[in-house]
Amino acid sequence: MIAVFGLVIGVALGFVLQPDVPIGLEPYLPIAVVAALDAVFGAMRAFLDGTFDDKVFVVSFISNVLIAALIVFLGDKLGVGAQLSTGVIVVLGIRIFANVAAIRRHIFHA
Amino acid sequence: MSTQEPDRESEQVPGAADEDLIVDPAAAVDDSAITVAPTARQRLRRALLHPGPGQIVVAVLLCVLGIAAVTQVRLAGTNDDFAGMRQADLIQALNGLQASSRRTEQDISDLEETRDALRSNNDKTATALAQARNDLDVLGVLAGTLPATGPGVRITVTVPDSNISLNYLLDGIEELRDAGAEAMEINDSVRIVAQTSFEAADGGVNVDGRVLRSPFTIDAIGDPESLRTALNFYGGFVDDIALDEGKVKIEPSKNIEVKVLRTPVRPQFAEPAP
Repeated sequence: MIAVFGLVIGVALGFVLQPDVPIGLEPYLPIAVVAALDAVFGAMRAFLDGTFDDKVFVVSFISNVLIAALIVFLGDKLGVGAQLSTGVIVVLGIRIFANVAAIRRHIFHA
Repeated sequence: MSTQEPDRESEQVPGAADEDLIVDPAAAVDDSAITVAPTARQRLRRALLHPGPGQIVVAVLLCVLGIAAVTQVRLAGTNDDFAGMRQADLIQALNGLQASSRRTEQDISDLEETRDALRSNNDKTATALAQARNDLDVLGVLAGTLPATGPGVRITVTVPDSNISLNYLLDGIEELRDAGAEAMEINDSVRIVAQTSFEAADGGVNVDGRVLRSPFTIDAIGDPESLRTALNFYGGFVDDIALDEGKVKIEPSKNIEVKVLRTPVRPQFAEPAP
């Protein structure tokens, strides 16, 4: 319940504060958001599996975001930023689909 | 049911076996050591209704995610197309813009040239038009198609019975012309121009088809002093008229009006020679 409140408060804060993103970080924000979503769905699935651990969640959340940003940064430096960020999005998307499938099976048994 | 779950997971989504799954022994033991392992739904319900302190960290991270997601949505929605673009794409877009700007500048200079050409053309036309209008005024005064006003003299010639010698009258007009008369009319009814003719008539003088009688009034525009002198010298117009037993009165004026107009006639035989 507290977790759900946290998400709601975050969304509300984002709407109210309208924070400015530094121009250098702008390309990484979408990737970071998708990576964080992946971590959240992974945690959700682990929770339903009964294997959830908040320490693991924190570490995986942060490392997911950092690694995704690092890959995009590297891609930018190598001149394949657009392709690499597309690749990262695809991989994370596949993972999110797999986790959501597991969550669905837990909740709806289908 | 709960026994089936793990099998399905492991065989269907091996790729998704991330960090969260690796820890499973510890968490599972903590969670449900005493009783039978609860089902997923039970776990969900318990987490929603009786949140533990461990959820606070999760809440903080989800809060961050919420802010980031909303911000990104806002950026993607409001920003223009260039914000998310890579350097190479931006360079390409910039090149395109530069090329189109070059084309547009070319268009601008072309159009400016055209405009300047048209403007100078227009200026020339306006100058020519002003010149033509000026000429029209000058020639109109000379040809008698425009009224004229200016300093000059009014000459009144009184001859008994209008019996005036045509030669004297012509001489007088020639003297006025010689003295620089620019516009003349006689008896306020006939404009004297280059084509004006004089003819003897019964009881008067036929000027351009109109019979005029004494007193003859000649209005002449020019330098009043010169005009007066031109008629007054010894043996001149005044003396001539005296021979006809007539009298001449010359009144210089600053404002002589020559208002009689003459209809211009298109030359029938003469053509402008190149």
